[in-house]
Amino acid sequence: MVPVLHAAKAGEIEEGKEGSVPVKGQTASGPLLAVRQLTKLFGSFAACNAIDLQIEPGEIHALLGENGAGKSTLVKMLFGVLAPTSGEIRWRGRNVRITSPSDARCLGIGMVFQHFSLFEALTVAENIALSMNGSVSLARVAEEAARLSQIYGLPLDPKAHVADLSVGERQRIEIVRALLQNPQLIILDEPTSVLTPQEADRLFETLLKLRSEGRSVLYISHRLEEVQRICDRATVLRHGKVTGACDPRAETPASLARMMVGSDVTVVTPEGTSTRGDVQLEARHLSVAARTPFAVSLKDICLRVRAGEVLAIAGVAGNGQSELFDALSGEYPVADDDAVQIRQRPVGTRNINARRLMGAGFVPEERHGHAAISGLSLSDNLVLARSQSDRQAFLGGGALKIIRHGAVKAATRRISEAMDVRKSGDDPPAGSLSGGNLQKFIVGRELDRQPAVLVVNQPTWGVDAGAASRIRQALVDLAKAGSAVLVISQDLDEIFEVATEIAVINEGRLSDPYPARELSREKIGLLMGGMSGKTESAGAAHAH
Amino acid sequence: MGIVEAILFSVITAATPLVLAALGELVAERSGVLNLGVEGMMIMGAVCAFAATQLIGSPYAGILAGIAAGAVFSLLFGFLTLTLVANQVATGLALTLLGLGVSGMLGESFLGMQGIKLQPIAIPLLSKIPVVGPLLFRQDAIFYASVAILVGVHLFLFKSRAGLKLRAVGDSHSSAHALGVNVIRTRYLAVLFGGACAGLAGAQLSLVYTPQWVENMSAGRGWIALALVVFASWRPWRVVAGGYLFGAVSISQLHAQAFGIGIPSQFLTALPYIATIVVLILISHNRRMTLINTPASLGKPFVPDR
Repeated sequence: MVPVLHAAKAGEIEEGKEGSVPVKGQTASGPLLAVRQLTKLFGSFAACNAIDLQIEPGEIHALLGENGAGKSTLVKMLFGVLAPTSGEIRWRGRNVRITSPSDARCLGIGMVFQHFSLFEALTVAENIALSMNGSVSLARVAEEAARLSQIYGLPLDPKAHVADLSVGERQRIEIVRALLQNPQLIILDEPTSVLTPQEADRLFETLLKLRSEGRSVLYISHRLEEVQRICDRATVLRHGKVTGACDPRAETPASLARMMVGSDVTVVTPEGTSTRGDVQLEARHLSVAARTPFAVSLKDICLRVRAGEVLAIAGVAGNGQSELFDALSGEYPVADDDAVQIRQRPVGTRNINARRLMGAGFVPEERHGHAAISGLSLSDNLVLARSQSDRQAFLGGGALKIIRHGAVKAATRRISEAMDVRKSGDDPPAGSLSGGNLQKFIVGRELDRQPAVLVVNQPTWGVDAGAASRIRQALVDLAKAGSAVLVISQDLDEIFEVATEIAVINEGRLSDPYPARELSREKIGLLMGGMSGKTESAGAAHAH
Repeated sequence: MGIVEAILFSVITAATPLVLAALGELVAERSGVLNLGVEGMMIMGAVCAFAATQLIGSPYAGILAGIAAGAVFSLLFGFLTLTLVANQVATGLALTLLGLGVSGMLGESFLGMQGIKLQPIAIPLLSKIPVVGPLLFRQDAIFYASVAILVGVHLFLFKSRAGLKLRAVGDSHSSAHALGVNVIRTRYLAVLFGGACAGLAGAQLSLVYTPQWVENMSAGRGWIALALVVFASWRPWRVVAGGYLFGAVSISQLHAQAFGIGIPSQFLTALPYIATIVVLILISHNRRMTLINTPASLGKPFVPDR
């Protein structure tokens, strides 16, 4: 019965007391939520370091930051998914411990996750009913959901199956599900990352309506334009620390970007080679439609990498990086043969092995399961990746193609020595290596071929500092030796360390490239937040 | 009873074990568990039902024994696949082989014995209706149970909250777990229900269909039940329709063979299988409905994070 009771209260607010905060427990004039010195340690790594955050009743509060800034860790602690290491959370002035999502819901905190947890085979009403305790009848749930969705402008058909719905509609289910609990604070994690602009506009109307009822919204985003448009205040995180608390409307996009990206780190540029050769890797108006509802479509991407250059592609995760890697590497060939060129030959429709044979090397993002099979030994993983490109060296026996274990083992040893891979035994399973050492091996596996073109996605994601610097050095050395290197990375420090040119990807569009030494972090932040003129130029490119 | 009524009556008798076993398996599969051991659970139900009837003297004791045998066998399957996370396909196949073997051993001393047939129960008034009365309302207890199970399964799956949770577990066990549904417990109960139904189906074989014990008397009906569930897109009413269609065609072809129609008997014997599969494929041509009704996590083991 409880949830319906709450829903009925939500109805009351709607009917008359606009602007007043419905009272739960006690009246409070102070902040709705105050977080003091909240810290979360994973081992010795501080994902959140002494965070202060204050949310007033009836405000839309933005939480800004890059990937890995600690935004998700912070909201997980607020929603009871993670336990803080230290610090306190005060709810309406009272010190509270939130140990589970249901604790959070009881207090009046609702959350809409970035990736939904919906049952595709069930109807909208059934999905909503499942998240409610007690034994409210399905018909009653459907009725309540329909009423709420009408009030908040979230049109939903309770009888529709989730499998048939768009991503935007699925998000509405999550929002209605949260609203049924009558929350005072609603946390939305990157809600517009999966929405069309029209759907996003509708969402903003809903958020403004919630605010007008005195509810608060914690809005997590990296999109500066949205934050300036709808948020009353903003807290900016960088590397687990608060770097600013401000009124976003009083700031310029540039100042917000500076808080988000940071300007405290000195800009390091590699001593770029003076000799730039021919274009070795090129994308010509590369457009790829999204393969799944959560994928990003690539829109008219143009890029060129010359021999001796390192082009780094910056951007917040989920803006088309993996789709770009798939198209460039041939994991998913594209329809237009001319759209991708390796060493000035069209390869768009060729698969990854054909592209390797033309002198390219590719290192994908995930170490386990994608770049390496954990259960197989390093030498087996080497053969799997290079059986085509090194057929003569590794395979013998004519048509039988028997693996030459001696040659493979020797190559494995050579790679391990070149990249300083620390491992137990001569040829252990890939899964037994630490993340950094395995990453060194899979990068080294490609470098060992001295590829003329190397495309690498997130080369040092989640590896220790020593391994990261070894890998970055190897990438710079490869370019110096005359190869064209393309690095896709979310780590701006890394990008400034290795890149000679930098471009930014945002929502599947790539900005113009900028020479690394001319580009400020502020400008990158703006481009990552989608504030640039590239949209017009892309439109112009479409026009002709 | 005229000849047509007699034929219809035997169709019902032939279809009931298929309907029972398929409804039980449907519930198990809706929760995401693929139990290929239906044949094994059925034959265990048949031998235990026959043995208990002989030893105790009442076919009702036999029915209970059959249900219990199927349930115990399904618990073995549940323990292996849900608790020990063994492969469901391999375990199910092993269960069928085990059931066929064990039943042959248990039933050896009962071979050739005269069975005790479960007597029909006439429902007052309703059984007096012409044609329909003797067919539907002068039936044995297992037939009445099959009707109750059909209605019950439908109401449970699509009208009750527990059924909703069961379908949620079958659709995405990790999301259901995150919402606080006990995935393993739900699946155990679903598997247990499937086993009890298969055991009851077996009891029908040795107490009603042919009241005696013959080795391998389930004769592949467990496999037919499994196929019915899939081709009926996991929907109870279609399972029942498929079961009766199969029963109807297999009885008709027997009569056709008796009349000596000039069609090869091998083809006639294959006809029930062909007809049932073709009809069920034709009615399940709606891909969208099939997708929505297919339990997405069918056969996938669930290991909760800790």
